Amino acid sequence: MSSVTYDHVVKRYTADITVVKDMYVEIKDKEFMVLVGPSGCGKSTALRMLAGLESITEGEIRIGDRVVNNVAAKDRDIAMVFQSYALYPHMSVFDNMAFPLQMAHMKKPEIDKRVRSASKILGLDNFLSRKPRALSGGQRQRVALGRAIVRSPKVFLLDEPLSNLDAKLRGQTRIELQKLHRELETTFIYVTHDQVEAMTMGDRIAIMNAGILQQVGTPGEVYDHPANLFVAGFIGTPTMNFVPVTTSDSSAKASGFELKLPKAVPAGKGMLGFRPEALTDKPSDVSTLEMKVDVVERLGSDQFLYGQVGGDAVTARVDPRMKVEPGDTAKLGLDVRGLHLFDAQTETAFF
Amino acid sequence: MTVAAAAQPTSSATMFSPRWIADHLSRWPLHIAVIGLTAAWMVPTIGLLVSSFRPFSGQATSGWWTAFANPTTFTISNYTQVLSAGTTNLGQAFFNSFMISVPATVLPVSIGAFAAYPFAWMKFPGRNGLFLALVGLLAVPLQLTFIPVLSFYVQHLHWTTNNLEATGIPGLPWVPLWLAHAGYGLPFSIYLLANFFRALPSDLFESAEIDGAGTLTVFFRIVLPLSVPALASLVIFQFLWVWNDLLVALIYVGGTPSVAPLTVNLAGLTTSLGQGSNLLTAAAFFSMIVPLIVFLSLQRYFVRGILAGSVKG
Amino acid sequence: MDFSLLLQDIPTLLVVILGVPVVLAAYIVGGEYLVRRLPDKNRPQVRPWIWVGPALILVAAYLLIPAILTAIQSLESNNVDVLDPGTWGTNFVGFKNFARQFADFPTGGAWVAIRNNVIFWLIFYTIFTLIFGLILAVLFDRVKYEQFVKSLIFMPMAISSVALGLIWDFMYEYQPPGEPQTGTMNALVTTLFHHDPVSWLQDQWPGESFNLLNNLALIGAATWGITGFAMVILSAALKGIPGELLEAARVDGAGEITVFRRVILPLMMPTIVVVGTTLVIFALKAFDVVYVMTSGNYNTDVLAYRMYNQLYLASNSGGASAVAIILLVAVVPVLIFNLRQFRAVEARR
Ligand SMILES: Nc1ncnc2c1ncn2[C@@H]1O[C@H](COP(=O)(O)OP(=O)(O)O)[C@@H](O)[C@H]1O
Ligand SMILES: [Mg+2]
Repeated sequence: MSSVTYDHVVKRYTADITVVKDMYVEIKDKEFMVLVGPSGCGKSTALRMLAGLESITEGEIRIGDRVVNNVAAKDRDIAMVFQSYALYPHMSVFDNMAFPLQMAHMKKPEIDKRVRSASKILGLDNFLSRKPRALSGGQRQRVALGRAIVRSPKVFLLDEPLSNLDAKLRGQTRIELQKLHRELETTFIYVTHDQVEAMTMGDRIAIMNAGILQQVGTPGEVYDHPANLFVAGFIGTPTMNFVPVTTSDSSAKASGFELKLPKAVPAGKGMLGFRPEALTDKPSDVSTLEMKVDVVERLGSDQFLYGQVGGDAVTARVDPRMKVEPGDTAKLGLDVRGLHLFDAQTETAFF
Repeated sequence: MTVAAAAQPTSSATMFSPRWIADHLSRWPLHIAVIGLTAAWMVPTIGLLVSSFRPFSGQATSGWWTAFANPTTFTISNYTQVLSAGTTNLGQAFFNSFMISVPATVLPVSIGAFAAYPFAWMKFPGRNGLFLALVGLLAVPLQLTFIPVLSFYVQHLHWTTNNLEATGIPGLPWVPLWLAHAGYGLPFSIYLLANFFRALPSDLFESAEIDGAGTLTVFFRIVLPLSVPALASLVIFQFLWVWNDLLVALIYVGGTPSVAPLTVNLAGLTTSLGQGSNLLTAAAFFSMIVPLIVFLSLQRYFVRGILAGSVKG
Repeated sequence: MDFSLLLQDIPTLLVVILGVPVVLAAYIVGGEYLVRRLPDKNRPQVRPWIWVGPALILVAAYLLIPAILTAIQSLESNNVDVLDPGTWGTNFVGFKNFARQFADFPTGGAWVAIRNNVIFWLIFYTIFTLIFGLILAVLFDRVKYEQFVKSLIFMPMAISSVALGLIWDFMYEYQPPGEPQTGTMNALVTTLFHHDPVSWLQDQWPGESFNLLNNLALIGAATWGITGFAMVILSAALKGIPGELLEAARVDGAGEITVFRRVILPLMMPTIVVVGTTLVIFALKAFDVVYVMTSGNYNTDVLAYRMYNQLYLASNSGGASAVAIILLVAVVPVLIFNLRQFRAVEARR
């Protein structure tokens, strides 16, 4: 069993610097879990506590059923890929990958076998005698992966492994990583600040902000049912539209329109959210918005309209065939199934 | 020519075109200044070098520059005389210099590397205070330490050159000097290496920790191999400093020919030879051989070491 | 040359070359082995001390403790065994050693040494070296054969001060007027300026109480040796200045001199300060050149040489200690400045 549990984990550097706050999450065996959040929110710290590189202030981290709080990093049966790759610059690719095995006092033939099979998987066969500085960024990244693979660890930890690659390579490697996950059948915990990476790779996503875990769920769940305003705004590009509304019973009134809510909510101030694709060029009788269009972006498959509805900035993603020019006022329909409403005070979602 | 130059207005002026000549003429003062200054800087050394190939009669009566008018007077007799056994003990002194310099380099560099490692990568109480104290000791004049160390050597350990030689154990007469050089060299050694170690990326250490490497493995297999440039420059520094040192050697082993290094021997010659100063020129050049070889072959490291020690600090 | 001696002793050399590292490696491996026997909890507390232990012991034994003992010795008469705390205070003479050193202002030996160190050496050695170093660095930066000329200037760094002293003895050689001059300097003086030859190391121009000339001669020799060091560091700092900055200034209409004064110099200031501090320490510790060239005669004494002289030639350990303490006092401001700088750099890390 190589599930991982963060059981109410806290990381405090000093009395007033708490970087991870009461984190609880269970990561299942063989799962690809992505920890995502803006820079500085404590993702790396959370990962490094699991790796054994940072002490745990409060709570427990379990790998399988074993509490690892006081287990040395090398004995946790984990492997980690660093953002900088952390390749030993003076060792060849082979030696880099062999190093952890040598440290485990493995026999030479076995080391050889494992390094070769890993390098085959990663397509590094021809570079084994090179030093890291003679490799391209993508190759270095694969050596870092290889060094993790050879140990056949129970859990793979990856801290922003793609952020030093160019966009094209990043796309390819994303796919390769997913393939690797299927082949190795091991638990992956992947840290990134890029929500696209998170959405495309994760079996489940854990979204963090300011040291607090916001929501854990499949990409579909967090996209369709964000638990709060932060998650709603963080996931998805272009970002969700937010319009302040006043609610009374099951209707909401914004500065530029008024609509019926699918569910009754307490009267008061709220924040209405809807994604750009919830707007269509077909005005419906349920809710029609008049949008003063400022900018039109045609991307071939998509057409984005940026403009104002009443006093609120709104983005719409509409059929590219719709004819609209900057300065026009477009009549758009709003799909009520795509509506979210958040409490203005607590920022949690009503629906 | 001019057509070609006109056709490629963006490229630099073609060779020997009027513009090229003008450009290069305007740089003449610069070249003259650079070459002139360098040549002037070389005059003292060249003077001694030329003198060392002149007979005593020539040296005493005319300047070294006059020798070129009469090249037949050049001779190597100064060198053969000064290197022949008996007159100057230069051979013994040369050997002594090696016996002193090698351990007096290895000790502070290795012990310094051991100490620099925790200063850079371990947490322990008093770490910063101790490091600051070491930085402070960099400026303390060595003269301040001679009397107590010497009297401890002589009165308590009975480590006089005579006593140590009497034991018959080879190398022993230099132990006081090795240890002293180690003590004196350590603050700089630790300072330079700790700064270098600290600049290594922390990811490497964390990665090694996860890979299961212990402290020794990290030190010997990762830190040391990655620090070769710093170690090399430090070795050169310390070696040159010990090889060229006069004061410390004078204090702790004095002038006893069987243990004294080249510098002490040479300084002794300046007074003892008196009129035989023609030999001195050759002896001086002989004493420069090793440091110049070390310097010229490892110049790059040497310069890098200076920079690591002073600019970053 | 007696090569047989070299051959016969090569085994010793090898034993020493191999033996010393083996002993050191054995120590650290053994130490780590012991640390691993300890309970997990205590390892991080013990381990650093094993690694820094030998260094701390050596530094304490050769620098820290002796410096403190010297301070004590400087307050005692010569009959005290400074290593035996039982005798401390038995021959306490207070500041008598200092008083004796400071006698006869301004012609007393210590005063001359202090003046030479703290005025002549500190000012001229530091400033000459900085100016030469800066000029050479800036000029060399503009030519393609920079590396080559730099190594030539840098070369004196590799030779001992004893050899350096000899080289300059030959430069300063003096023959009575009318005779052919054998020293380069006097040849220049007599032929170019039609001046009488100068006895550079003995001439006390402009006067015995302010004998600048022969001190400058010594300082010149030392400056010649150290300029390469300053040049290399300053040149590295110069290369660290972005070329665009200089180009921007030129585009703004600044001439080369203005660019140097208003852009290059201010940007290099931190490095100049570091080099300057190091040179000040070197100036205060000056010994070898004086020892080899004048033995402190003709009012060219410096504190380090005086201390050596008091200890060996005058057998006056109390006096020698007092001189050493005077030297320390001269260094203290630099030391404090150094620590401040270091703290400031650390804070920016
Ligand atoms: N040693 C430390 N002392 C105090 N604060 C720290 C320390 N290390 C990291 N932090 C802070 O912890 C926060 C989280 O850092 P990190 O986990 O690296 O964020 P990220 O989500 O970008 O990976 C940051 O705000 C960082 O400044
Ligand atoms: Mg991070």
